[in-house]
Amino acid sequence: MVVAIKNPIHAALFLVLSFFSTAAIWLLLNAEFLAIALVLVYVGAVMVLFLFVIMMLDINVATLRQGFARYFPLGIIIAFFMVVAMGLIVSSDYFLSDIYSQGSISTIQSNTKLLGLAIYQDYLYHFEIAGAILLVAIIAAISLCLNKSKITKSTQPDVQVLAKKDDRLRVVKMKSEEKED
Amino acid sequence: MIETIYNIISQYILLPLTIAVFPVDYQTEAMLFFQTTIKILAIVVPVMIAVAYFTYAERKVIGFIQGRIGPNRVGLFGFRLWGLGQPIADAVKLIAKEIIIPLNANRSLFIIAPILSLAPALAAWAVIPFDDTKVLANINAGLLYVLALTSLAVYGVIIAGWASNSKYAFLGAIRSAAQIVAYEIAMGFALVGVLIAAGSLNLGEIVNAQSGSVIHWFWLPLLPLFVIYFISGVAETNRAPFDVAEGESELVAGFHVEYSGMAFSVFFMAEYANMILIAVLSALLFFGGWLSPFQGIIFLEDIFSWVPGMFWLLAKTSIFMFLFLWFRATFPRYRYDQIMRLGWKVFIPITIVWLVVISSLVVIDLPPWFS
Amino acid sequence: MRTDLIILMPEITLLVMTCVVLLVDAFSEDKFRKITYWITQLSLLLTICMVFYYSPDYSYLAFNGAFITDTMSVILKIVICGISIIVFFYSYEYLKESELLKGEYFVLGLFAVLGMMIMSSAYHLLSVYLGIELLSLSLYAMVAMHRKSKYSTEAAIKYFVLGALASGMLLYGISMIYGVTGSLQLTNIADAINNSAIEKIYLVYGMIFIIVGIAFKLGAAPFHMWLPDVYQGAPTSVTLFISSAPKIAAFAITVRVLVDGLFPLIDDWQSILSLLAILSMAIGNIIAIAQENIKRMLAYSTIAHVGYLFLGLIAGTPSGFAGSMFYVISYSLMTIGAFGMIILLGRFDLEAEKIEDFKGLIVRNSWFALIMLFLMFSMAGVPPFLGFWSKWFVIKELVDSGFFVLAVAAVFFSIIGAYYYLRIVKIMCFDKPDTMRAIKASQQMRTVLTINGLLILIIGLSPNTLMNLCLSAF
Repeated sequence: MVVAIKNPIHAALFLVLSFFSTAAIWLLLNAEFLAIALVLVYVGAVMVLFLFVIMMLDINVATLRQGFARYFPLGIIIAFFMVVAMGLIVSSDYFLSDIYSQGSISTIQSNTKLLGLAIYQDYLYHFEIAGAILLVAIIAAISLCLNKSKITKSTQPDVQVLAKKDDRLRVVKMKSEEKED
Repeated sequence: MIETIYNIISQYILLPLTIAVFPVDYQTEAMLFFQTTIKILAIVVPVMIAVAYFTYAERKVIGFIQGRIGPNRVGLFGFRLWGLGQPIADAVKLIAKEIIIPLNANRSLFIIAPILSLAPALAAWAVIPFDDTKVLANINAGLLYVLALTSLAVYGVIIAGWASNSKYAFLGAIRSAAQIVAYEIAMGFALVGVLIAAGSLNLGEIVNAQSGSVIHWFWLPLLPLFVIYFISGVAETNRAPFDVAEGESELVAGFHVEYSGMAFSVFFMAEYANMILIAVLSALLFFGGWLSPFQGIIFLEDIFSWVPGMFWLLAKTSIFMFLFLWFRATFPRYRYDQIMRLGWKVFIPITIVWLVVISSLVVIDLPPWFS
Repeated sequence: MRTDLIILMPEITLLVMTCVVLLVDAFSEDKFRKITYWITQLSLLLTICMVFYYSPDYSYLAFNGAFITDTMSVILKIVICGISIIVFFYSYEYLKESELLKGEYFVLGLFAVLGMMIMSSAYHLLSVYLGIELLSLSLYAMVAMHRKSKYSTEAAIKYFVLGALASGMLLYGISMIYGVTGSLQLTNIADAINNSAIEKIYLVYGMIFIIVGIAFKLGAAPFHMWLPDVYQGAPTSVTLFISSAPKIAAFAITVRVLVDGLFPLIDDWQSILSLLAILSMAIGNIIAIAQENIKRMLAYSTIAHVGYLFLGLIAGTPSGFAGSMFYVISYSLMTIGAFGMIILLGRFDLEAEKIEDFKGLIVRNSWFALIMLFLMFSMAGVPPFLGFWSKWFVIKELVDSGFFVLAVAAVFFSIIGAYYYLRIVKIMCFDKPDTMRAIKASQQMRTVLTINGLLILIIGLSPNTLMNLCLSAF
């Protein structure tokens, strides 16, 4: 539905739905921390911004779909071969083997605790690299978007707050008018 | 008392019913289902009643602050009772009204939006512990669950604004969504502070980690986080002084300008349910939840030992609910850029700094909280 | 844990220094960008020292086998940092000239170097992936940095979309391998393949995706589509960066994953790589002839060089891997020289992008014409320059391992390739120049470029020093 539907907003909402479903699957796999984190991060934050952008841009879908019919058969053929190949591989015995049956230890201990231990001890190195990647993403986004043009007007709160009555208001003493006779 | 009622209901009504209706194989599941439903009702119905009377309280309190009387006409059974019948009259009126769907509005989304905003607000109550034992779902990642659900509330707002096909509603939705997203981060960081202090994501364990005395509660070591949490909570629920989403003087009524009748009142209920939720969470996370404030004080502790924990929780919650109303009556509305500045440039840095502070306090095992 | 962190010292140093550069840059004004630049160079030098200082005598695994330091990683890290120093030097000259000088360029560049270092000591598929991401994310942003240019934006979008696709492929392959072997650590993967009776087809399925992902990043045909556009569209300083050091890092992960992790599947990846190599050499060398834009031409030449790079791996022997390593190092030395020449000839208003801009260079400035001659001869593979030896080593290894057809093809395509390199030489030496404008470049720029050119000659005269170094890595 995310790909097929016409209205981009509906598509985004269906994407939200599919994130929810993913979270539900994880919940069924006893990975409650990951499931809730998925909802929190993707549904709660990422998709809201997504919706925001889509709503603001008001994308014209018709122009985007022009090439669709032309490439559709090719896409179908490739997808077909991928599905067949995947089906052959995944349905084999290896993915049902006993490597995975040991996975149910986590039911006793808190899921979150185990995850924390894994991240901060076994995978500390990768965790740190991921941090660096996020930093790069921030720097890149800011350096590409920050536009220090002279036209932009902004208020400076510190100056605003410091403004005194005397700066704005001038009390002028005037002589009262003479009484006309 | 609550346990007794619950036991009576499940033994004398549900059990015979299940046995009579369901085949033998499914009886345990059916029983479980019924019991859970009863528990859910036991939470949702009081919350909805509280919402109704919260609106009444709001009008009375603000009336008092502004030197007015507030609603005092609608009574029950012929008695005036200081206007206690007002919320019920309001509810009846709203239900009876027509729901107008604007031309060219997106019908399905228009209807779904209010439901989407109310559902998370009610679902979050599932993990709230009212007592040491009274909790619907005692899950390990409770705090995270609450955070995730409060973050979902924004969908109702944004969809409502968009589906109405109206400029004013859309502007209101955009404003409110940006604000909610901004303050959610500060709120999340504040909650991270709590979980560092308590060492658990389970709400019950967080409360138990605060036991000892008033001093042991987390409000003292986490004071900046508590302040930020509560203010962010006010901003999250789009209440004054952060109510630019509604902004009566600028946008008429914000994202729900096109809504009428029951659809409108569902938004209303969601807002108030969220406020109560924030208040309960503040009480749980920073003020010891159901723990008695007299704990650890030799004489008073014994005197008040008969008071059930739930009473203390509700009392604390009421104080925070009162704060919401007090804020509304006192502060002028923030300008939009000021809201954003406060959220991004003040709250988030403070929370991050305080996270470092609290982590080091935990590492050095600072008594009396972290020993 | 503590020894692990000590082993990681070079990377930690670089990360800390990058943050310092970031902070210094954020709090300094535009006219003090020089400071940012010098701290950048300083941090790279410091990193090289750290790599030297903490280089172990034997290979050492840290962080549960996620990180390895051995001779290969040490050599590659030093080369990467060294090349990056030269790259930043050229870039600084270019950016100053074209008024694109921004501190973020250096910060992102340093992060890219960090990514490359992580890649060269990655011994875990997750670190491989994260290193690639750190590198490519920085590169995407650097390509897009020239915001006013339409081409730059287009190049960035293309690079980003295709790069994301390649990452997806890589991840998919990794997940397949993980599903079958139950591990992401390369030695564990090798053990799992050797010890258990996993049918090869499942592993090959995953491996193909991994190879496709890596080939995308290296720019091997038929996954080369992004390369010419990105090379042309990006600011020359960025093209310079993309074309040099990242290839070394990509070589490193290719060796780690295919040789250390999936060595039992050597028959399969040999045949895949042969296909990629032949296609790359053919497409790269033949299409390059038609190019008028020298950046585009160098892009196709890169594709061809990647093809040669694979040849050493196909040989499947330690000396073959060493030959590839020699090749990639010498390639990046040559390519930064060539882009350095473009920067040198460029002027503020007009970049020396067209091949015609090199017309009659010998009249305008005979010394730099000589350097360019070195570079082009070297790329074409004329003895005694560096490029000859690199081609010689890989083809010799190929013949020793019995891949005669492939070796003949490689020689054939390098003869075709020689045409367009020599065409530049011809244009330079025998055509009349359009302008007689003197080349204006700073003294440092001239010096470094001269050293760069002479290095190619000097190493070319005694290739065994570098080759022995490369051999010691395997």
